[in-house]
Amino acid sequence: MNEVIEGIIQAVQLIVSLDEEVLEITARSLLISLSATLIGSAIAIPIGGFIHFKEFGGKRGLVTIIQALYALPTVLAGLLVFLLLSRSGPFGFLRLMFTPTGMIIGQIVLIIPLMIGMTLIALSGVSRTKQDTVISLGASETQTVITIVKEARFAILGGVILGFGRAISEVGAAMMIGGNIRGYTRVLTTAIALETSMGNLSLSIALGLILLAIATVVTGILFLVQER
Amino acid sequence: MIEFEHVVMNFGEKEVLKDNSFTIQKGEIFTFIGPSGSGKTTILRLIDMLERPTSGTIAIEGTNVSSLKDRDRIPLRRKMSMVFQKPSPLRGTVFDNVAIGLLFRGTSHDEIKARVPEALELVGLKGYEDRKAGTLSGGEMQRVAIARAISTKPDILLLDEPTANLDPVSTEKIENLIFSLKERFGITVVLSTHDMVQGQRLADRIAVIIDGRIGQIGTSKEIFYHPMNRAVANMVGVENIFEGVIAKNEGGLASIDVDGTSIIATTAFPPGTPVVLYMRPEDITFHVRDGVKSSARNEFTGTITKVLPMGPNARLKVDAGITLTAVITQRSFEELDLGLGKETQLAFKASAIHVVER
Repeated sequence: MNEVIEGIIQAVQLIVSLDEEVLEITARSLLISLSATLIGSAIAIPIGGFIHFKEFGGKRGLVTIIQALYALPTVLAGLLVFLLLSRSGPFGFLRLMFTPTGMIIGQIVLIIPLMIGMTLIALSGVSRTKQDTVISLGASETQTVITIVKEARFAILGGVILGFGRAISEVGAAMMIGGNIRGYTRVLTTAIALETSMGNLSLSIALGLILLAIATVVTGILFLVQER
Repeated sequence: MIEFEHVVMNFGEKEVLKDNSFTIQKGEIFTFIGPSGSGKTTILRLIDMLERPTSGTIAIEGTNVSSLKDRDRIPLRRKMSMVFQKPSPLRGTVFDNVAIGLLFRGTSHDEIKARVPEALELVGLKGYEDRKAGTLSGGEMQRVAIARAISTKPDILLLDEPTANLDPVSTEKIENLIFSLKERFGITVVLSTHDMVQGQRLADRIAVIIDGRIGQIGTSKEIFYHPMNRAVANMVGVENIFEGVIAKNEGGLASIDVDGTSIIATTAFPPGTPVVLYMRPEDITFHVRDGVKSSARNEFTGTITKVLPMGPNARLKVDAGITLTAVITQRSFEELDLGLGKETQLAFKASAIHVVER
């Protein structure tokens, strides 16, 4: 028990003293997950918009698959991207294994279904009457899509924030693709896993507290956004 | 000009519109009156090209729109505006809401800045530009929706139950606005309502639609006093409907036998013709039994069997051999000392009865 209390005290010291390693890992985590979220949104929101506004065969099936993939295990996303990026894989020539870029790709794969799904929910939350109103006011097809997406923007943003939350908290893909290389691909979650297994509890707890703080802030923002 | 020819509209199994043909002239106020679910909204949506008819053709300003591709509908739709029964405020300010149709049309910012306040002033919401649309009351939002629709200066304005959610004061404002839009700008206004009186106040012509079929098209006078059939008569509040046979006809003044009661009406039908008689409850007058003959051809004595107060009026059922429905002001009701079970004398003119061959 003492060990844990000591660990917590040391952890607070590490955070308060702005320990270099702690800051560096935190910064990298944020950078990788924010990049994955931004790029993922740029892909997921248009795809969500396309699925919502276009009628095509197999639409329901596609939506069901997307919903099933909300719960895509992180290690499976990791495995998929590993197979694609490894030396012998189709994109092996890009040499992205064990790089932050590779990790970003892994996280994008992981969160895209969730963000597409959230975009779909957000767009279907805009009433049919509102869409008809926009069309009747003379909107072209593109103007209609843009206006409806704007109407749903806070709900869509909620999906984006959820995606970020999933990206920054996942450990499977980060470990398998990034490899937890110190000073290069080590992020909060992989660092906590490693330091804990090495018995370095104070650093683990410090990083854990930071991760928790980020998660809290993210949830707080999500709450505020949905209050709008 | 808007022309419907044999337009049928099905939603799945349900036949919402059944073979309707009509023409709406440029610059007229044309009103669809009918109960909820009768297909009024669907007609407006068809005109705005939000739906495609299952069969039949719709032409707007001479263009057959039934076969037009979505993309090609937009320029035509931009000459119209539709106000839905439920106003949908878009995010942002009242200004943003009113400006959006102009933005879609690529109107210059200077012109938008001039037109938005102009449209708001027309609906009586001057100075509302910076308010958040989401914070407005239902009536205010409905007026913003109308401002949004007229800011683009449409040739055709479609209004779906524009005053269904408004208080009487707002309703009057909107009705005056609809009038002035027609008078000042020559806009064609097509509106739907279930409010008979509103139809009468506003419309140049009225179409009564029942169960997906237009029963009659005409001026309010034609519709209200000369309904073509029982369904239309019921719809427009003609509550006295009797079947009878012409007993004799002397120079257009006929005596009609209705279940043994003789009613005098003006009609040219010869004796022996089976007919239906229609009479509005407002056309029956009551008077005290003073022996003075009234100028009305039909005079009856009857017993009041039902009294239904309706604001300043009362609706009465009177058994006078045939059961008559009449409306009387509460004041007259009291002055004539009428009441349930009491005997009264009533009269109606021969010209108040609309006679149609069965």
